[in-house]
Amino acid sequence: MALRQFGAAAAVTVALALATPAHAVTEIQWWHAMTGPNNDVVVKLANDFNASQSDYKIVPAFKGSYADTLNAGIAAFRAGNAPGIMQVFEVGTATMMAAKGAVKPVSELMKEQGEAFDPKSYLPAITGYYSTSKGDMLSFPFNSSSMVLWINLDALKKADIAAPPKTWPEVFAAAKKLHATNPTCGFSSSWITWGLIEQFSAWHNVPIGTKANGLDGFDTVLEFNTPLETKLLESIVDLQKDKSYDYSGRTNTGEGRFTSGECPMFLTSSAFYPNVKANAKFEFTAVAMPYFPDVASAPQNSIIGGASLWVMGGKSPEEYKGIAKFFTFLSDTDRQVYLHQVSGYLPITKAAYEKTKASGFYEKNPILEVPLKELTNKPPTENSRGLRFGGMVQMRDVWAEEIEAALAGKKSAKEALDTAVSRGNAMLRQFERTAVK
Amino acid sequence: MENRAIFSGKLLPYLLILPQLAISLIFFYWPALQALQQSFLVQDAFGLSTEFVWFENYVNLLQTREYYQAIGVTFVFSALVAVFSLTLGLLLAVMANRNIRGVQIYRTFLIVPYAVAPAVASVLFIFMFQPGLGMIARALQRSGVDWNPVLNGTHAMILVVIVAVWNQISYNFLFFLAGLQAIPKSVIEAAAIDGAKPMRRFWTIVFPLLSPTSFFLIIVNITYVFFNTLGIIDTATGGGPNGATQTLVYKVFQDGKVGTDLGGSAAQSVILMVIVVALTAFQFRYVEKKVHY
Repeated sequence: MALRQFGAAAAVTVALALATPAHAVTEIQWWHAMTGPNNDVVVKLANDFNASQSDYKIVPAFKGSYADTLNAGIAAFRAGNAPGIMQVFEVGTATMMAAKGAVKPVSELMKEQGEAFDPKSYLPAITGYYSTSKGDMLSFPFNSSSMVLWINLDALKKADIAAPPKTWPEVFAAAKKLHATNPTCGFSSSWITWGLIEQFSAWHNVPIGTKANGLDGFDTVLEFNTPLETKLLESIVDLQKDKSYDYSGRTNTGEGRFTSGECPMFLTSSAFYPNVKANAKFEFTAVAMPYFPDVASAPQNSIIGGASLWVMGGKSPEEYKGIAKFFTFLSDTDRQVYLHQVSGYLPITKAAYEKTKASGFYEKNPILEVPLKELTNKPPTENSRGLRFGGMVQMRDVWAEEIEAALAGKKSAKEALDTAVSRGNAMLRQFERTAVK
Repeated sequence: MENRAIFSGKLLPYLLILPQLAISLIFFYWPALQALQQSFLVQDAFGLSTEFVWFENYVNLLQTREYYQAIGVTFVFSALVAVFSLTLGLLLAVMANRNIRGVQIYRTFLIVPYAVAPAVASVLFIFMFQPGLGMIARALQRSGVDWNPVLNGTHAMILVVIVAVWNQISYNFLFFLAGLQAIPKSVIEAAAIDGAKPMRRFWTIVFPLLSPTSFFLIIVNITYVFFNTLGIIDTATGGGPNGATQTLVYKVFQDGKVGTDLGGSAAQSVILMVIVVALTAFQFRYVEKKVHY
């Protein structure tokens, strides 16, 4: 029976193959790191594109976590077998752009292939992260999010706090009040370095490093150990002592503490939304990240997190043609609107944002507009366009180690930030040396 | 005559060991040599620019405070895991070697943990020990222990030691049990007739006769903690907090795979290789003398 079915299937396949006119289809490998519903989105995009024309075929392949995907791509490149398109997380940007010859900048690709491409139609706060300082787009933004403060409204009411906090002093005060009802955790956060160093600096319009946070060159030097960052870390360390603030780890593994109701205030990615919606058994909202009101330029604009699509170098002209067409396909307004609404990730074009706004979508889903308002709050400055530090993946671990030392009371906040800066600078010098000139 | 025609010359012995030789060369010596070569280079992630730097990677390494911390962490971690997994394995083997009802069932269940992949074991334990969510973490907090492995280095170390020991006990148990069953009953019975109590019989007869097994297991266990615990540490603590569970092999992985500093990572693996070879040689030279075969 099974054999007969197989035979029938084989016959159909052969018939189909014969029926299709002799026509070379260019296959383009797309390596990505999306799981669950987001994996379905990737597959659907590839299928829709493949169905829309008959010259190119996008073949998506899941390669594990972001770091695994990047490593798989690097190994494949070294073996002379890189995919056409590779999804790389935002902190891998410097590693990719330093590899001249291994990658093909998107703006260059679009120009060469004669695809209609206007960099100004994209949201600058999103594309700026993946562009040169002159504005040439290096990679194509795919899934972007930003950081927001998640609030458990029921807990807020119980602690008699009138409105969600807007500033850091208000957050500290609220955390202390919430500590009475939530003794193990008044306030917490995920992605500790993204929140306390990267987003914090952009939001307050202060530099993380020289040379526009590394966007203008690999000879950048870190400088986030100023009194402002120290004040923030000192306050958090102080709250950690009685668990008004409680550390939840370097990545987002601690996010369950918000949905379970343990931590009523949680600073983390806006992409947390589908999870909160599915699991929180209380009234919730998300508000913009807090800021220090005594910093004149705050709030500036937030930066993104997430990943972008890199085009690898050394591919055939046909493949490049197909990739360029695929990017045009992705930029389509209706497609961006759909992607934004179904995945919770941010739209990358201005038109898609405007269209979603006009449709009244945000009135029903105000939380999804919070990160967009943060990103577009003010035109980005050289402190808030993004950051580009070599070895950023490991750098985050190094910074987190130092923050952990401060939170555990082994170092003062100032000492921890000083060491984070000096260890980070040593890594930057090593990276600068290996970057292809 | 015919035999001689087939088995003549010196070729056959070499032919017979050729597969083993090929495996060793391809899978052990070749990568080791590549690591050695890489450790003298400074290279970007994609291999586009390469610079030969002699011993600079080693010098840099020996100048970082974190590297010495990793050495300390590795020795503490290895000692704890080896001691606990060996003693518990032996204890369980002695218990399961007695004539009790359902002994086969006990034995089977005691072997099961070894079939669980290190990363999976890690995830199971993270669930139980996650502050605020895990059963054991909650029980600890209720009894007044401020259990917090994400911030407290000692707690993080305890967590990875528990997972690593749990994962390795079955293996030790299996070998100890086999060793115990190979000891002739008559010797123990003779001692019993002479009036030796169980404890005395164990220390004067069973334990010395078990020494080849113990010696073998010590070496296997140390190699296990030095290399195979990478998955456990990666899923349980990521080397944190503040490097408290960052072992040498985890640092090799971190710097090479996450930091894409292949030269520095290769230099570390060469040093690690030297440490393990030295440790094993030391054991063969000195500890083995106490082994009764």
